[in-house]
Amino acid sequence: MTDILEKGGITRRTVLAGAGALVVSFSLLSRSLAQEATQPPAPEPPKLPGSLDENRFLDAWIRIDADGAITVFTGKAELGQGIRTALLQVAAEELDVEPGDIELVTADTGRTPDEGFTAGSQSMQNSGTAIRHAAAQVREILFAEAARRLAVASGELKAEGKAVIASDGRSVGYGELVSAQMLHIEARPQSSVKQPGTFRVMGKPMPRVDIPAKVTGGVAYVHDLRLEGMLHARVVRPPSPGARLANLDASGVEAMPGVVSVIRDGGFLAVVSEGEWQAVAAMRALATAARWEEVATLPEQADLPAVLQDLEREVGVVSESGSPDIGDGKTFEATFTRPYQIHGAIGPSCAVARIEGERLTVWSHTQGVYPDREAIAEMLGMPLEQVRVIHMEGSGCYGHNGADDAAADAALIAQKLPGRPVRVQWMREQEHAWEPYGPAMLVKVRASLGGDGRISGWNYDLWSNTHSTRPGGAGALLAARHKEQSFTPKTPELNISPSGNGDRNANPTYVLPNKRVLWHFLPDMPLRVSALRALGAYANVFAVESTMDELALAADADPVEFRLRHLEDPRARAVVELAAERFGWSNAAPPSGRGRGFGFARYKTLAAYLAVAVEAEVERETGRVRVVRAVSAIDSGEVVNPDGIRNQTEGGILQSISWTLYEAVTFDDTRITSIDWSSYPILRFASVPDSVEVHIIDRPGEPFLGTGEAAQGPVAAAVGNAIRNATGRRLYDLPFTRDRVRNAIGA
Amino acid sequence: MRAVRILAAVAVVAGLVLVGLAAFAWRSEIPAEEISESARFDPALMEKGAQLAAVGNCIACHTVPGSKAFAGGLAVPTPFGTIYSTNITPDPETGIGRWSEAAFQRAMREGVDREGNHLYPAFPYDHFTRVTEGDNRALYAYLMTREPVSAVAPPNELQFPLNFRPLLAGWKFLYLDEGPLVANAQQSEEWNRGAYLAEGLGHCGACHTPRNDLGAEDKDRHFAGGEAEGWQAYAIDESSPAPIPWDRESLAFYLRNGWHELHGVSRGPMAEVTGNLGLLPDSDIDAIATYTSSVMGEPTPERRRQADELLEEVVGRSPGLVAAADSQSNPSSGDAAADPGAAIYAAACASCHEGSRPQPFGGLNFALSTAVNAPNPQNIVNVTLFGLPPADGEASSVMPAFAAVLGDEEIAQLLAYMRERFSDEPAWADLADQVRGTRTGEYEVSIRPADGIERAPINVGAED
Amino acid sequence: MAISLKVNGATHQIDADPATPLLYVLRNDLSLNGAKFGCGLGQCGSCMVMVEGEAVLSCVTPIMLLEGREITTVEGLGTIEEPGPVQEAFIEMQAAQCGYCIPGMMMSAQALLQKNPAPSEEDIRNALSTNLCRCGTHMRILAAIRRAGEVMQSAGMTSTNRRTG
Repeated sequence: MTDILEKGGITRRTVLAGAGALVVSFSLLSRSLAQEATQPPAPEPPKLPGSLDENRFLDAWIRIDADGAITVFTGKAELGQGIRTALLQVAAEELDVEPGDIELVTADTGRTPDEGFTAGSQSMQNSGTAIRHAAAQVREILFAEAARRLAVASGELKAEGKAVIASDGRSVGYGELVSAQMLHIEARPQSSVKQPGTFRVMGKPMPRVDIPAKVTGGVAYVHDLRLEGMLHARVVRPPSPGARLANLDASGVEAMPGVVSVIRDGGFLAVVSEGEWQAVAAMRALATAARWEEVATLPEQADLPAVLQDLEREVGVVSESGSPDIGDGKTFEATFTRPYQIHGAIGPSCAVARIEGERLTVWSHTQGVYPDREAIAEMLGMPLEQVRVIHMEGSGCYGHNGADDAAADAALIAQKLPGRPVRVQWMREQEHAWEPYGPAMLVKVRASLGGDGRISGWNYDLWSNTHSTRPGGAGALLAARHKEQSFTPKTPELNISPSGNGDRNANPTYVLPNKRVLWHFLPDMPLRVSALRALGAYANVFAVESTMDELALAADADPVEFRLRHLEDPRARAVVELAAERFGWSNAAPPSGRGRGFGFARYKTLAAYLAVAVEAEVERETGRVRVVRAVSAIDSGEVVNPDGIRNQTEGGILQSISWTLYEAVTFDDTRITSIDWSSYPILRFASVPDSVEVHIIDRPGEPFLGTGEAAQGPVAAAVGNAIRNATGRRLYDLPFTRDRVRNAIGA
Repeated sequence: MRAVRILAAVAVVAGLVLVGLAAFAWRSEIPAEEISESARFDPALMEKGAQLAAVGNCIACHTVPGSKAFAGGLAVPTPFGTIYSTNITPDPETGIGRWSEAAFQRAMREGVDREGNHLYPAFPYDHFTRVTEGDNRALYAYLMTREPVSAVAPPNELQFPLNFRPLLAGWKFLYLDEGPLVANAQQSEEWNRGAYLAEGLGHCGACHTPRNDLGAEDKDRHFAGGEAEGWQAYAIDESSPAPIPWDRESLAFYLRNGWHELHGVSRGPMAEVTGNLGLLPDSDIDAIATYTSSVMGEPTPERRRQADELLEEVVGRSPGLVAAADSQSNPSSGDAAADPGAAIYAAACASCHEGSRPQPFGGLNFALSTAVNAPNPQNIVNVTLFGLPPADGEASSVMPAFAAVLGDEEIAQLLAYMRERFSDEPAWADLADQVRGTRTGEYEVSIRPADGIERAPINVGAED
Repeated sequence: MAISLKVNGATHQIDADPATPLLYVLRNDLSLNGAKFGCGLGQCGSCMVMVEGEAVLSCVTPIMLLEGREITTVEGLGTIEEPGPVQEAFIEMQAAQCGYCIPGMMMSAQALLQKNPAPSEEDIRNALSTNLCRCGTHMRILAAIRRAGEVMQSAGMTSTNRRTG
């Protein structure tokens, strides 16, 4: 028993919780044992809802202690998207308790289920669905047990104050009802979840539970973690991606005040100090002392289309139907590009790591505690069970940023200084230069209009790297690549999946009988890239929706009506119609210098529906574009926290405006040159719209579809379409900088 | 001081008025025209006008930052009071929508509006009078095809009698040398083109030439340094205070990009100038650089030697490593205890300004700084107090403002230390007082976010 | 050589290099989480605090300049149990996503509202010109500051020496 608990990394509190407690580690352990055993394949188990399918025991998700304390576990992480609050709402609804009655434990390899990455707007689909069904089934078990003890029919019972109450007033607390192993059972495929009309907590705005601490200086982020005896470390990265360390005399740095250690492991350099500012000073001195041999490995930025096409190695068919050849009718042909862009969290990546005896604990804002643990264990040559990765919030997220790398930095440094916790935080320049970027992309579209005013042919070719180089293996970590015994990244492979990657949303939601969509896959990555919010959907929706507007013009049709002409899915039509109506979409000429633009996509072609209309102001003389207002409509299935959906969608709209108008990574042939906010400008308050509206279409009883990334692509397209409307000129290359707009308009 | 100046102005001008008012001051009205069809202008002419408007930097004075372009209303502080720029959009009621081309030509050449009123020389017609009829036609085509904006500028705030426009006839009699620039046959075509752009529409001298008590440029001290909106416009003649002398190449690069590795970034009103010049063809930029560098002349052998030494010292440092700034081991920290200015410098300035990040985004090495070597510390006072605000959505160098943490005495100590350490010039006098006056607004300084200072390298994949 | 710093009303003797930026002292010596490291360059505003009523970037302000001066961090605006009006407004408007930039935003807002309890939209945007947000929470931040201004105004909580004009 003790041994098992130790391996599971269970806290003292859990162990002391008593015999009545249902302990999560059993289910986790049973799963890992099952994986390792070489038994003959069992008959295919039934498909369970959401992540229950991979973590099938109820007590992996919900624990009720003898004292009535309720703990809910999720493998997903709070990334500032408000998932903690939404999951509490779901659990409280189905358990018939208040959100405040529940302690929610998020991603921690020692405690929670393995739900992979918190990514792709899937937390509600996967974890939300799992918790909802697990909670409903736990409630059923509690009611059944109460009915047995009170000798009444289950239907005559109700829940209140964490107790089940009979009509005659007798009650039994949840804690009393639970006995050992009672919840250690596999979930069933069906649950009697609450019906939408009866919701007390779900579907209503609930204030985010994390905000009060964040606005009053509470410990909210991994950056705020202060452990006893903690040391401060800073890494020194090479000056360019291809640089090799030639020479280093660190003696001067070692003698600096407060410096505990200067670490050199191959090309991995770090300083460790008692004080944080001392570490910064030592880092600067170490950077000055290091001599690097630099190699020009970066492509010609000014010629991105040719560069991307040269990198092509393989072509995948994303979608094909009918006869995609272009007919005789009016055709539109264009090339669209997007540059490399950064996640750019306001707080640079940070992690804390500690070696105690044989065991390593890492606190990280990673999106995937389990995959990160695997990569770190591989890098350090440690057994998986001896590494525990605990999620703590970071700044922003927006995809695969420097979080995993910072965690690896901290782990590698901690391994060399056993016994003392080590905190690493990246500098701003390091975050800008070394986080994995959203990949540059090139899209070529050729489309034709039939005599009936409908699209008759559609050829779509995109060139892109993979959009995911997450761990997966130590080679995904910078520290592992730079250290003496280095690991190389896995070679990415072309993989066409329903939800897409670089090809996400390359296949439009519109009814296109004749089409061919191809992904020209680029395995080589001259710049390090990975998942940035919405992956390929950002550029693909931009290209598709720009094309839709041009075809509408060719068809002499209103852009909204033209879209509806090609939409059959009633939910798609509903968001388009709602956004247009609330915006006041019309054919009336916009005020001088202004334009209207529309954008729509069903994210991943299988998740949330989002339509947005924007009004933008274009200053001809300077080329400056400002979005004046944006009106959006979103359907992300059954609504759990409407204010959470609004907040995420507003944020997506504004972030996409920033990407679309301003942002591009810059580089010369050797170095990244956009390394701070002066060289990589983003949206500032002066250019924030006057108003942003989010209208939600609730779909009670329908599955959760996720919200976080739905706005990125449609907003880019809507802004481009608004500029087209205002000026008569279309812009094909992101971002729409002042120079480009001014050049496009001319005098 | 100011009162004396104004009284002198009144006396002189009043005398002139008595002599020639009736004959000289009167200008006829040019009849209003209904001009609204933009289509009648040739696009090539409009394109040329756009470039010329960039040379003239028209937008900077005729636009309130953040408001509609060319709609006027910007307050221009002058020693005689505040003048508000006019609306030069083609709005018929409040702009120049009813101005015929003839009226526009006359305004540029003579400084008279359509109704016949004399214009204040804050509108630099003493330079614009050099602009050719053809170029004015292009400018007119460009301006008349802008978006009309209905906007009325606030009335000027000038003391009596300067608010009596006919007096301006006297000023013009003394200082307006009407008509085109005479070409210098000794010089190249490029030089003459540069002179035409710099002396005419470019009106460099409006800021870079000192002015007399009546607000006119002192022609004997052409390009010897002046001021604009609370900023020193450095001397761009042989007395240029730049530690590394300018030459044609460095000037052209600076005018094109808004920065130069050995001179730093443009800021204050000059940032708008370089921001606009991005529209110009390289040939025109080169021409301006050719002309201006010839006005500066060849540096003396002594100046050249000093510059070479400095270059060796500065370029000899290791070329930039990302985040390789080393503030802790910098040599000045040793005397920090003795000199409070040195301590402030080491703690607050050195980490950026002694970092090895190159221009335009890194802090400039002050040994290269014209501001530290200039006779008047106003520009470095401005930047220390108010920083360099970021451009909106454009790459730009950014510096935080230190007004809230550094007191007048502290800034004086800091700047005195920097002057001592980074310049051979004599110490500045009354620093603390100048800082105080600037901070309180007694001395008015325009602080506006820079435009993007760099021709952005982000036009990746663009087919332009 | 110890430097005496007055933070949120309490005086602390800090034994650190006088060139140390205030941010590191707040976070590590005083265990205050509110001010955040964002860039260390004075470009993003996440380290914003108030020094005698003025918004100041703590990442580029050495402590030697602050001896004896009143420093306020977000912890000085109120507590989780009794939030101050700016904190209350940010909670009410749910003006945070990841929230990392928010304390800096609140300090810029507090400095503005103390001087000018009825700021125009332009005043608010100007006051936030150095503050960056990456999640796109801008609309809610603006709304929260307007709301905080209303509350502070009706409670008469602003300082008397208002900026004129």
